[in-house]
Amino acid sequence: MIELPTVLADEAPKATGTSLFRRLTKNPVGLGSLIWLALLVLTAIFANVIAPMDPNAADINAVLAKPGGAHPLGADSAGQDVLSRLFFASRYSLLGAMLALAVAAVFGIIGGLIAGYYGKWFNAVSSWLTGLLMALPGIVVLLAARSVLGPSLWGSMAIFGVLLSPAFFRLVFAAVSAVRNELYVDAARVSGLSDARIIGRHILTVVRAPVIIQAAMITGIAIAIQAGLDFLGLGDTSIPTWGSMLSDGFQQIYSNPLLMIWPSLAIALTCVALTLLANAMRDELERSGGRKRRRRGAVELSPAEAEPIIVHDEIPDTEGRFGEELLRVDRLAVGYDQPDGSVKRVVHDVSLVVKRGEVHGLIGESGSGKTQTAWSVLRLLPEGGRVVGGAISFEGVDLADASERKLLGIRGKKIAYIPQEPMSNLDPSFTIGYQLVEPIRNSLGLSKDEAKAKAIGLLTRVGIPNPERTFTAYPHEVSGGMAQRVLIAGAISCDPDLLIADEPTTALDVTVQAEVLDLLRDLQRELQMGVILVTHNFGVVADLCDRVSVMRNGRIVETGPVRSLFANPQHEYTRALFDAILEEGPPRGELKEPDLVPIMTESVFLPSNINKGVVL
Amino acid sequence: MSTSAVSEKPLVSTLLDVKDVTVDYPIKGFRKEPFRALKGVSLDIRPGETVGLVGESGSGKTTLGRAVLGLAPVTGGSITYRSQEISQLGRKARRALSSEIQVVFQDPYTSLNPSLTIEQILAEPLTVRNVPAKEAGKRVRELLDQVGLPSGSVDRLPREFSGGQRQRIAIARALALDPRLIVCDEPVSALDLSTQARVLELFKEIQERTGVAYLFVSHDLEVVRHLSHRVAVMYHGEIVEWGDGDQVTARPEHPYTQRLFLAAPVPDPVRQEQRRAERRRLELEQREADLQAGAVA
Amino acid sequence: MLTFIIRRLLAGAVLVVVITTVAFFLLYAGSGNVARKILGNSATQAGVAEKNHQLGLDRPILVQFGDWLTNALHGSFGDSWFTGQPVNDAIASRLGVTLTLVIGATVITAVFAVVLGVWAATRRGWVDRIVQFLSVLGFGIPGFLIALALVLVLAINLKLFAPTGYTSFSDSPSEWIKTVTLPVIALAIGGVAGVTQQVRGSVIDALRQDYVRTLRSRGLSTTSVVFKHVLRNAGAPALAVLAVQFVGLLGGAVIVEQVFAIPGVGQVAVTATSQGDIPLVMGLVLATAVIVVIVNLVIDLAQGAINPKVRLS
Repeated sequence: MIELPTVLADEAPKATGTSLFRRLTKNPVGLGSLIWLALLVLTAIFANVIAPMDPNAADINAVLAKPGGAHPLGADSAGQDVLSRLFFASRYSLLGAMLALAVAAVFGIIGGLIAGYYGKWFNAVSSWLTGLLMALPGIVVLLAARSVLGPSLWGSMAIFGVLLSPAFFRLVFAAVSAVRNELYVDAARVSGLSDARIIGRHILTVVRAPVIIQAAMITGIAIAIQAGLDFLGLGDTSIPTWGSMLSDGFQQIYSNPLLMIWPSLAIALTCVALTLLANAMRDELERSGGRKRRRRGAVELSPAEAEPIIVHDEIPDTEGRFGEELLRVDRLAVGYDQPDGSVKRVVHDVSLVVKRGEVHGLIGESGSGKTQTAWSVLRLLPEGGRVVGGAISFEGVDLADASERKLLGIRGKKIAYIPQEPMSNLDPSFTIGYQLVEPIRNSLGLSKDEAKAKAIGLLTRVGIPNPERTFTAYPHEVSGGMAQRVLIAGAISCDPDLLIADEPTTALDVTVQAEVLDLLRDLQRELQMGVILVTHNFGVVADLCDRVSVMRNGRIVETGPVRSLFANPQHEYTRALFDAILEEGPPRGELKEPDLVPIMTESVFLPSNINKGVVL
Repeated sequence: MSTSAVSEKPLVSTLLDVKDVTVDYPIKGFRKEPFRALKGVSLDIRPGETVGLVGESGSGKTTLGRAVLGLAPVTGGSITYRSQEISQLGRKARRALSSEIQVVFQDPYTSLNPSLTIEQILAEPLTVRNVPAKEAGKRVRELLDQVGLPSGSVDRLPREFSGGQRQRIAIARALALDPRLIVCDEPVSALDLSTQARVLELFKEIQERTGVAYLFVSHDLEVVRHLSHRVAVMYHGEIVEWGDGDQVTARPEHPYTQRLFLAAPVPDPVRQEQRRAERRRLELEQREADLQAGAVA
Repeated sequence: MLTFIIRRLLAGAVLVVVITTVAFFLLYAGSGNVARKILGNSATQAGVAEKNHQLGLDRPILVQFGDWLTNALHGSFGDSWFTGQPVNDAIASRLGVTLTLVIGATVITAVFAVVLGVWAATRRGWVDRIVQFLSVLGFGIPGFLIALALVLVLAINLKLFAPTGYTSFSDSPSEWIKTVTLPVIALAIGGVAGVTQQVRGSVIDALRQDYVRTLRSRGLSTTSVVFKHVLRNAGAPALAVLAVQFVGLLGGAVIVEQVFAIPGVGQVAVTATSQGDIPLVMGLVLATAVIVVIVNLVIDLAQGAINPKVRLS
């Protein structure tokens, strides 16, 4: 048996929550925003302590006074001290925004939780209501409300909170309905957790971070809209706010533009700080990858030691099935650029040869580098990945450093590709026919009608029962097996010399897999293609391949003709893999004298017994 | 965690009895016929037994597992557990069953909450039953030991573990309440070959030690054969073959099971060539039989 | 496709009816002593009652609503309480100006957002970082502050544009450009920033899809894959954001019109609001609702055109 991989790294990141704040303080943008907001909150709280004057005290002698002296930032058109008003305005502007935020959060989060978790009619009603709330521009509703309620900071901010609640609702609803179907929520249910506990423990933890981000955005919007209302002169004039100061400054835009600058700065800096904070939080969360799924391909590798590759003896090609050498990969290395500038290698020293008419299998477990090798032959590695060493020569051209232009003449014409997941490899927005015709016309220069005739011929060839109908269908209208046949049809459309098949049957049911393997074998013989077949299934290799290379940790450890390698695997890793195969293993046998169990009585379902889990 | 008073109750040799169960999923849209995922399915599980459930996608095998767990809407038939009907239990009553029936899901990446630590995940079923924190902690370490993970894993998050290790954690969670039955929904199909073999061994070992029964759902005849005493084969919402594990997985009688059996390629080039020929012959035979049946009808 | 349109139209009609009904009851129920406001504090009790009667406010609210609805169905939305001008005229005469601003800003938003978003998503690196930074700024700073800054710098200090006022296109195209440019820019910046982010995100997402690799493996160049496949798939979410932006722009126009002293609907709205001129406010709410419903319908149709799944549902 093989050793368990040691993934229990020491620098284990802790659960989110508190650490998000700590990471924000290390992010310069996040820290800057936090400092500004903290200063602002302090100013708002201690406005009456630090303000030099009463914000509403008007001094006729100081009307439009220049900055300096008793009025560090000057005085406004009523002779009120600008600095003092600015301090107090922070208090009221922030409080107003907080009110809007609180109202929005209460309505939106609770509604979103209920609608997302229980769904049904509540979902329908609340979704319709949010649509209604979002149909009108907020400011129009606020204006309408103002015409009835008169100028009231708190009233308008409470209404604005209701108008903003869809932002929370949609976010929470989407998160909850996604999480509700997660297996771990099912598992919690089977573990006997109550709904309240599932929501509190499994669902709130998921929406917490996005809700905080949304809250920052919403506070910014509330501050902006409130300032806008006051600027229009529709606010409560007895309360100093940034908006009313701006409005006053705007009246003096020609004579004293400075009056406008201070409140503008306060509003702009606060809104920008909140937006930047939200962005920084999002970046930090993305970086930690809260719920990252396993991605195929580039997996962290322990730098595997170079070791001698076990090469089996050639079996003479007695049938003369193989033609000239098509592809020669020589000491290929593939690496991914890291944010710190280094390159992480995922494929080392891979060498292999494919002849015309030969099927070369690449077998290995996840992270062994088999798919990376296949993609690098097509030079279609994911972002950040590139060939960092070695050579790939195909019919005399070195693909490893060929220009994109040169590759365009080779991909799809001489080298074709069959992917793993049939559904995600067809563009959902275009018909199947379009996706076949477009590359055919591009590569062969056929007319539209010729290309269509050719595509329908190909669909017939790959065994699709109703090719005309499939031609006009969209990908979501056909089954996975049919979609894979469509992809095969696309791959062979230009009569390629070399076919790269990346786990072409892994996503299919076993009976469909058998049919697709038959199809691939027939086509391969018919077109005399060389094939690189990536797979993790020894049965598929046995079925289709002439030659196989076993990969581990980005290296080939053993290679040779299929028959001799399967008959006599020599590398310990290959042997371990063969040992793990269950095929033809001993059956479990019959159950020996089953135990008896007492029947269960209904009393266990009495509420008093439920939490104890007593089952007698 | 069952206690005393066992002797006074009548004893039965059937742990779970599924009879003529149908499951219908409503289809979105006005007046659409609901989709019938199970069309009258029957099987039974004895204490300490593994029953394998094989089928391809859409066969209803996962639905049957979810019906037993109370996660799918049973619209007909009965599911009795220790002679007690459980198919129509309310949420509250269902919770009482959680110490009896547990689950291990297929995808080890989504079946563990990414933001909880291993200790929180494993202690959860215990703490909702008011087990004191100290005792729960002890039990968590015991469970980790049972599934072969170091007890130092308790403070780590699921994402720090490989697929096989996560599946071990999911098994430990299922074992936390000492259930008598675990529904295993494709528990090894997302794992690499070598990991898969080790996790299967773990399942076997736990069963031999604790006497837990498994309803083992898989698309892979070989996996099922390895672990199951009896096997049921599902196709389009029905069980088409049901019987002794060795017979069903090695000498199937129903044409569909035969097709399934021959479709899986064997890891031996020589024998695979023979199997392929056999499969093609069978396909031809079945097609001719279909044609004749069609001509008669 | 036809049932799709009819269904959306019906849903839109229901929305308009609900909004106007709710608005009517909230507005009229709250408009307690309008007569006193119109007549001033010196008016006698009898005078106020007389005015109330004249405005029809002494009748039960349901009767008032029925009355309003009957008139509305005949295309008349009453007269302003303060100026006596028919609501239809007050709004219609100014709607054009506002729509010019909003549609202009929407077009600019769409064009710039697609160009910048695709550029940032396909180039990445420093281009991406600059676009990202600017769009965060543009999104964060409230639009009217940008408007104020534009007035102060470009109009008042540099005198490149007219600081205030509006000249219609038919009077003088060059003057029209001068008066309209700054307000449209001020309105558009926030939208460009928001939609650029959306386009960028969708394009990056779409570029990561498996089918992009498959299409490239058939010999298509990255450029043609981006312009045919990626943009089409990124288009649906971008259009959805554009619809939301349009609603936001309608609101933004109210403030921007105030800054530039442009005689649009926004000015009417502000005056009507501060006076409590309910018939006018009612008319404005209705007009906005209708515009929003039409815009959403257009966006829905566009969505259907690019995404086959939407069309089928």
